[in-house]
Amino acid sequence: MDDTLVKDGVDQETVDAVREVGGAYKHGWSTDIEMEYAPKGLTPDIVKLISEKNEEPQWMTDWRLEAYERWLTKKEPDWAMVDYPEIDFQDQYYYARPKSMMVKPKSLDEVDPKLLATYSKLGIPLQEQAILAGVEGAGEMPAEARKVAVDAVFDSVSVGTTFQKELLEAGVIFCSISEAIREHPELVRKYLGSVVPVSDNFYATLNSAVFSDGSFVYVPPGVRCPMELSTYFRINAENTGQFERTLIIADKGSYVSYLEGCTAPQRDESQLHAAVVEIIIEEDAEVKYSTVQNWYPGDENGKGGIYNFVTKRADCRGDRAKVMWTQVETGSAVTWKYPSCILRGDDSQGEFYSIAIANNMQQADTGTKMIHLGKRTKSRIVSKGISAGKAQNTYRGLVSMHPKAKESRNYTQCDSLLIGSECGAHTVPYIEVKNNSSRVEHEATTSKVDDDQLFYCRSRGMDEEEAVALVVNGFCKDVLQALPMEFAMEAQQLVAISLEGSVG
Amino acid sequence: MLSIKNLSVKLQEEDKQILKGVDLEVEAGKVHAIMGPNGSGKSTLSYVLSGKAGYEVTDGSATLEGVDLLGMEPEERAAAGLFLAFQYPVEIPGVGNMTFLRTAVNAQRKARGEEEMSAADFLKVIRAKAKDLKIDAEMLKRPVNMGFSGGEKKRNEILQMAMLEPKMCILDETDSGLDVDAMKLVAEGVNALRSEGRGFLVITHYQRLLDHIKPDVVHIMSDGRIVKTGGPELALEVEHNGYADILAEVA
Repeated sequence: MDDTLVKDGVDQETVDAVREVGGAYKHGWSTDIEMEYAPKGLTPDIVKLISEKNEEPQWMTDWRLEAYERWLTKKEPDWAMVDYPEIDFQDQYYYARPKSMMVKPKSLDEVDPKLLATYSKLGIPLQEQAILAGVEGAGEMPAEARKVAVDAVFDSVSVGTTFQKELLEAGVIFCSISEAIREHPELVRKYLGSVVPVSDNFYATLNSAVFSDGSFVYVPPGVRCPMELSTYFRINAENTGQFERTLIIADKGSYVSYLEGCTAPQRDESQLHAAVVEIIIEEDAEVKYSTVQNWYPGDENGKGGIYNFVTKRADCRGDRAKVMWTQVETGSAVTWKYPSCILRGDDSQGEFYSIAIANNMQQADTGTKMIHLGKRTKSRIVSKGISAGKAQNTYRGLVSMHPKAKESRNYTQCDSLLIGSECGAHTVPYIEVKNNSSRVEHEATTSKVDDDQLFYCRSRGMDEEEAVALVVNGFCKDVLQALPMEFAMEAQQLVAISLEGSVG
Repeated sequence: MLSIKNLSVKLQEEDKQILKGVDLEVEAGKVHAIMGPNGSGKSTLSYVLSGKAGYEVTDGSATLEGVDLLGMEPEERAAAGLFLAFQYPVEIPGVGNMTFLRTAVNAQRKARGEEEMSAADFLKVIRAKAKDLKIDAEMLKRPVNMGFSGGEKKRNEILQMAMLEPKMCILDETDSGLDVDAMKLVAEGVNALRSEGRGFLVITHYQRLLDHIKPDVVHIMSDGRIVKTGGPELALEVEHNGYADILAEVA
């Protein structure tokens, strides 16, 4: 029961956090640090330069160059319900790294203190210390120390990865993707681009050519990863795109839970972020992937903010493989993101839990694809969209049952909540069923934050913002519960902060 | 405690005068009942006092211990010690009953500059109070009022009242939708809260609730005014003769 107090609804801490930041974006500061940039614009030379900076083998350079050639032939997708000025891809920096990272630090002790301070200010521990589970009410719960390994990516480079040694003892490889390309080429070559092909879509192709860093995870057969893994992405440099690449491989019968967090400074110019995440899940393995996306959303008039064009896909290759995507999308000016599941193995399962909040001028077009290929595959989609201010929020999803996916099932629940009268919520579900033994269920609701609910809360002593935060957190509860504890707390606070100023 | 003078209120949307000069004085330690036919303005009075939007005060005043209520936000009125037990308690999906209450208790404490209640203390207190109202642990965990029966909703209102310890309690048709047993349970909860420093205003359509919550003073409200005031015997008169006789008498 004590556990419920922490998890559902809003904690006092949330409310305090909201008050403290007064609704402003909390991570809008920037780090003043000497950077090394590649020249602006995108050419084969830039692609080669990135490859060179990362000390990559020739096959990788060739892979990138091929992607670059493909990218030239591709068009930006225009089917999403988002509207933004044309992006000049030649007016961007594609590579930026702190000068202090030119010589790779051998351990975290050697990392520039300014970088370490950046992460500590963001609340990301780069010391190898245990994190106490359940921040509030810890006294009532068994104070079980939990470890979370962190890979910190700053603009184009990975700053450091914690707990590598301890993980390696369990056989788990957790490092930056650039390190993996150098140290574990056989794994990278086998899996990179095998879930999201180089030519998958405009942004994924761009990413394939210019990705600079990101995280790599390999969990060997039968291993349950002994701690949560997480990557924290920070965009700092101006006019610089961030193109990270994450590759996670869960070998037979293994398990890993992976968390991803993102923030960026407050700037007037929009910045591009185009990531690719590939997950491979073999027989009987399970992966949980959680994201709290809190890129700078732009100001209330829509100035600045991150363009977040992301391709995330999990491939359940083996029988009984399981994947669960959980995302809390509160940031970015524009979000274009559809974490998907390919349910290839028989009896494999995919789940997608999403909270997408769009306030002020934010635009979000997000959802998932569940591709059922194997027999008796199951998928579940729970999407909670919250729109406030003048924001537009679209759920776009595909559930596809292929002819061989006999006796498969999908359940989709799509709820939209509107705050105020100038925002929009849209639901665009696509359903394809090509066999007659599968079942697809879709439920959708759209509602407004109810004045009676707010008055009820206020008549009990909560102010209007507390009341909205409480009601919205209640609306999102199904998804918040799917998050690991530390993230659930952060997400609750974010929900409240993102909606500051949306009522009254 | 609660002092209402010539309170006149319009329903904004329909530009319709609902309260036409209500005068009422509820002393600390006393239970006042307001009875009256449907549409007489009883519920409007409770909403206006607690600060619901949609009403315009055209004249008069309402103070709690000398402090003007009408200029305050609903949450400020709550922190000042006013509590309304809703006729139709509102459902809040996904928000645990206990979380709701703890947020409310601490919001009020904070507004009054008091220290917040720790999770452990809160649990101890709420468990004891819930037990008295036959509210089990399961009901404390469930989302606020979701899937509660009529009786459960009303008991939950009384639990909130017990936890928030207001100075002035307004009960709006708390007996509606309750069977006799449920009504007894609710009445016991209310009676347990009766104290010297606390005032009650019990709004009801029927006399039966007043068998269980014995009022000190009974008012009859009609067409936006208090038309008659008396002792508990006035409620019995309504019970026997209906409102028509009384209204004819004062007309």
